[in-house]
Amino acid sequence: MTGEALALVSDVLVRATPLALTGLAVAIAFRGGVWNIGADGQFLAGATLAAWIGVMLGATHAALPLALLTGAAAGAAWAGIAGILRSRFGVLEVISTIMLNFVAAFGVSYLVRGPLQEPTHVYPQTSSIGTAAELPVLVPGTRIHAGVLIALALTIAAWWAMRHTAAGFRLRATGANPFAARSAGLVDAERVTMRAFLLSGALAGLAGAVEVCGVTYALYENLSPGYGYTAIAVALLARLNPIGTFVAAILFGALEVAASALQREAAIPSTTATVVEATVILAVITVADWRARRVERAA
Amino acid sequence: MTGGLEAFLQGTIRTATPLALAAMGETIAERAGVINIGLEGSIIAGALAATIAAPGLGVGAGMVAAMAAGLVVALLFALFVVTLRADQIITGTAISMLALGATGTIYRLLYGQMGAALTVPTIGTMRIPGISTIPIVGRALFEQPAVTYVAYVLVPLIAWWMYRTHAGLALRAIGESPEAAAASGVRVARLRTLAIAVDGLLGGLAGATLVLAQAGTFVEGMSAGRGFIAIAIVALGRWQPIGVALAALVFGAASALQYFFQAAGTHAPYQLFLALPYLLTLVALATARGRSIAPAALARAEEAE
Repeated sequence: MTGEALALVSDVLVRATPLALTGLAVAIAFRGGVWNIGADGQFLAGATLAAWIGVMLGATHAALPLALLTGAAAGAAWAGIAGILRSRFGVLEVISTIMLNFVAAFGVSYLVRGPLQEPTHVYPQTSSIGTAAELPVLVPGTRIHAGVLIALALTIAAWWAMRHTAAGFRLRATGANPFAARSAGLVDAERVTMRAFLLSGALAGLAGAVEVCGVTYALYENLSPGYGYTAIAVALLARLNPIGTFVAAILFGALEVAASALQREAAIPSTTATVVEATVILAVITVADWRARRVERAA
Repeated sequence: MTGGLEAFLQGTIRTATPLALAAMGETIAERAGVINIGLEGSIIAGALAATIAAPGLGVGAGMVAAMAAGLVVALLFALFVVTLRADQIITGTAISMLALGATGTIYRLLYGQMGAALTVPTIGTMRIPGISTIPIVGRALFEQPAVTYVAYVLVPLIAWWMYRTHAGLALRAIGESPEAAAASGVRVARLRTLAIAVDGLLGGLAGATLVLAQAGTFVEGMSAGRGFIAIAIVALGRWQPIGVALAALVFGAASALQYFFQAAGTHAPYQLFLALPYLLTLVALATARGRSIAPAALARAEEAE
């Protein structure tokens, strides 16, 4: 492969990795009937904890696994707040996850100018994480990091679990119709819903941790250019199928890299990528509706 | 100190104005059972339309263009949500992304790659004689751009309409039980489309306010999440017009406090103040326990007809 092509592949994979993980997070939530549009906030929660651990323990061998695990835990906890608000207090997660996105963004803004700011207090970001906390680069001379493999492994695991395990079945049954699932005696719908929140949040949090440990090596504001929202397009294009989310993430990663290149080379605004992503969502909705109507008519 | 307080109050009203306008629209949509996350799209479309129209045609035309743009975005949302019965949350997210992307693209095509520093005429403040001389609150409340006074009028008007007219009753009915409303002769789809349209008009006006009454220029993504903030405000205001207007002031005050601290040169963690209204909203929603305060059919695709 030529250097230029390799650089392109590298750019696409680096961009696709957070989309694959957040896309998977959204797909699992939606499958379970949880409208998690707070993947962005969970991403930031994960990135924050990973950066903190990475800076604190960056010289020790356990730094990387610890950073990734605490990142996932932080994402799960952040989503868990919305889960508790829904199950205990009946608060719609659409609203609560939006609130939590804002709180997370302001929280990061505060931390990188306050307690977690780098020691010279010049830049609004944390110090760089220690080298022991960095995800290894897979192909020398590129930015391709081991986070791609983590995303791929979790995608396959989620696909398998969704199809072949009782937990996967319960998730799909609850998402399809919680009342039927409950009255069929199959499922403790509330528990399944809570798990969907936690799992979804953990994946989004891990995405944030992987971004910090594999790409940016530090926490700063606007770390996520809206991954949590693009993730919805990714998950829907994949029709909530885990393997599909990985493919869709690569597609969207390529789209965004291409858009930046077009902006540089041909002065075509890179914002067109967002337009394409939104159009994909609307197209998927329309096709799904058209199919449902055909089934209705046939019946 | 009085000067500081006065500036803080004036800043509160100023920041609260576009939030209140957008949130009043969202209140109407949500009371009809529609959560319009695409409101962000109406706001940014309104901001760009005002930017394009105002320099040549004047600020009045800018306002009208902004409302028209907000309406177009909202009608696209309604097409999917009402006509195709698509999921409101997914559609709304897509519509917001579409509008943010499209306005960015149009802006760069019209004004160059990085966007030249653009100056748009603004509407000046309008002092209301007499009452604007009331100490402390007078200037804060009554020395504002005209669009703020529009908001003052709209809040009681919408409250009256929602609770004292047949149409308002029908609106609330389709938000609670579209099936029952349809059975009693309310045309659910039409009324929901109208509610979404009003949401779009007010969202567009909020966008125009950002450009024509505040910034005097356009910046990509300058809606800055205000469509989502409006959804928070509606929840904090418990879906009631007067409550929503007060909630808008709470969010406005939190932002104004930020400038207050920055101007005072203190290193107070203003981000925590900015986060406060969102936490307050979560607490308010959680403590409404036992009384369902959200419209019962909110975010549910309507199945009647």
